[in-house]
Parts: sequence; structure tokens; C-alpha cells
Amino acid sequence: MMNKKTLFIGFTVMLVGIFAIATVFYQNLQSLNQSAVSNEQLTQLLRQGAPSKGDDNAKVTIVEFLDPACETCKVFFPFVNKLMAKYPGKIKLMVRYAPLHKNSDKVVRLLEAAHLQGQFWPALEVLFAKQQEWTLHHVSQPQIAKQLLSALNLDQEMFAKDVLGQKVSQALNDDLAAVKSLQVRATPEFFVNGRKMQTFGYQQLQQLIEQEIAKHY
Amino acid sequence: MSNEKSANAMSRQWLMLFAVWAIATIATLSSLFFSEIVKLPVCSLCWYQRIAIYPLVLIMPLALFPLDKKVIAYAGILTLFGWLVALFHVLLVAGIIPKAAQPCVQDIPCSETHLNLFGFLNMPMMSLLTFTLMAVLLFLAKNRDSEESM
Repeated sequence: MMNKKTLFIGFTVMLVGIFAIATVFYQNLQSLNQSAVSNEQLTQLLRQGAPSKGDDNAKVTIVEFLDPACETCKVFFPFVNKLMAKYPGKIKLMVRYAPLHKNSDKVVRLLEAAHLQGQFWPALEVLFAKQQEWTLHHVSQPQIAKQLLSALNLDQEMFAKDVLGQKVSQALNDDLAAVKSLQVRATPEFFVNGRKMQTFGYQQLQQLIEQEIAKHY
Repeated sequence: MSNEKSANAMSRQWLMLFAVWAIATIATLSSLFFSEIVKLPVCSLCWYQRIAIYPLVLIMPLALFPLDKKVIAYAGILTLFGWLVALFHVLLVAGIIPKAAQPCVQDIPCSETHLNLFGFLNMPMMSLLTFTLMAVLLFLAKNRDSEESM
């Protein structure tokens, strides 16, 4: 007759074993797919007219999902710039919005309205530089952000109209749909030539970018 | 002599409580697998259900060696709590309880499910079945207790 302790220990070992095997199996499966995004999702990755910079003929495209209120996005921003400077003409950066913080969608509207006047990058820089002034306990304060942006060279009347306008709503909705279908659950989230960054970090991003550069140049 | 006997013989009651432990442990490892390995998001209702089930993994073995019947009460209250939350969650996902009633953060809505087997078996439903099974086993173990002591 089987001993109680044998039964208990045997069961524990078996469960832990199954857990370990399932983990290894799943991770192998994941690395086989190499985080490649499905074709259907790929069409959602890029948005016509989304803010971007870098050479249009660059063969490496980074899509960054960001929230202007996200502190890590702010810290990552100069790093991405540095990488672009390191490989001139080879990298194109497209920014898409993932307003995960409370009220961030309203700040994104400001950014996109500034983008309509060609002022996206200066606006983003102002918001990042003064992030602490317009976010309180991780809640965005769009009124303060708006005041900070008034320092930019904008047609204020048009700006005020655009913020609530159809064009901005459309862009925001497109990005929110992409966030959902591409399963962006944290910011910043990077896709390099359609490949999602597997684990988060400077090194991982640099590696992913350099792999793609080696592939295409 | 009788002590030795009760230490080695697997009474039905012992087996039922062992089964409760096994179910709780399988549920714990599964939930950890989905959140830590597959990286599915965990909503707040899921957390409350985890709070009910995780302690059982450690409490039940203490009551199995040697058999301590008082654990039925301790495990019972945790199971009841988990069962109620799971029921709420199932009704929420089914749309029977309106969305506004959910105590969820905006980022991870509880009304969304990420796994669906056979068309009806989503995560909250599995949780409800798990808690139900554990509750039945605990109930039977308790009744057997009164039979055996008679």
C-alpha cells in the first residue's frame, strides 16, 4: 500500500515537473516564432501620417508605442535618438500613441494637434522635459500640458480646434485599435521591422536594431 | 498500535483533503503559468481569487501530516470567499452583472477573457468549477468526519 508521504511527495514532484516542462516548451515555441507579428497585425503596425523621423528610405523601421506621461518613455527617448545618430540614414522611427495613464488620451490629442502643424517633435520634447509639472501621481493634467505647449510656435486658434477635431480622433482611435490588436500592455513598446522586443531593456532594443541593420545593410 | 494505524492508513477523509490540496496546487501552478510565463494580464478579480487559493497550497499539507480536521473550517472559509468572487466574475463576463459594477482598473478589464476552451470554459468559469469542486470535497470530508466519530 502506498504511503501517504510518498503520495504527497510524488504528486508534488510531478506537478513541479509538469510546470517546468510546460515552461520550457512554451518558451521554445515563443522563440521559434521569434516574436514575429502576423501579417494581419503587420498592416496595423504602421499608420499613414503618424509622426515619424529619419530617412524615408531607411531599411530599419522602429515603431515605438509611447505615452507622454510614461516616465520610462521619457528616459528611453534620448537613447533611441542616440541609436539613430549612430546609424545615420539607416533607421526610421515612427511614434504611435498608447495612452495607458489616466487622462493621457487628452494629452495625446494635444500632441497630435501639434503634429498637424508639423510641431510633433518639439511638443514631445517639451512634454518630456517638463513631465513632472503636468503629471500628478501618474495622472495626466491636460490643462497644464496645454499651457506648456503654448510656448511653441503654433496657430493657437487652429490648434484649439484640431484638439477636438475629427482628424485627431481618427488618429487616436487607430492607435488604440493597434494597441489592442498588437497587445501593447506597457510603454514604451518597440517593434523593429515588425519584430516585437521580447524582454525590456536598452540592450535588447539595441540588439534587435543591430540585428536588423546587419540583415539589410 | 491504533496511532500507527491512523498514521499510515489512507482514510477516505484524508484522501478528500489530499485532493483539495492537489486541486489548489494545480490551480496555483496553472495561474502562475498563465501570468508569469505566457504573460497574460491579471485583473483585480483574478487577484482576489488567487488570494483565496494560494494559501491552501501551504495550509493543507500541514493538516495532512498528521490529519487535522480543523483545516476543513479554515479551507472552507477561503473556498467560500473564492467561490463567491468567481461567481461574481463569471456573471460579469457573461454580461449578467453590468460592467459599471466591476471594481477594475481601466487597463485590465475583468470583463475580458483571454482563454476560451470548448466555447464556454474561460478562465473565470474554470475558477468557479475549481472552487466548487473543492467546496464539495470539503463538505464531504466534514460529513465523513461526523460519520466516523459516531
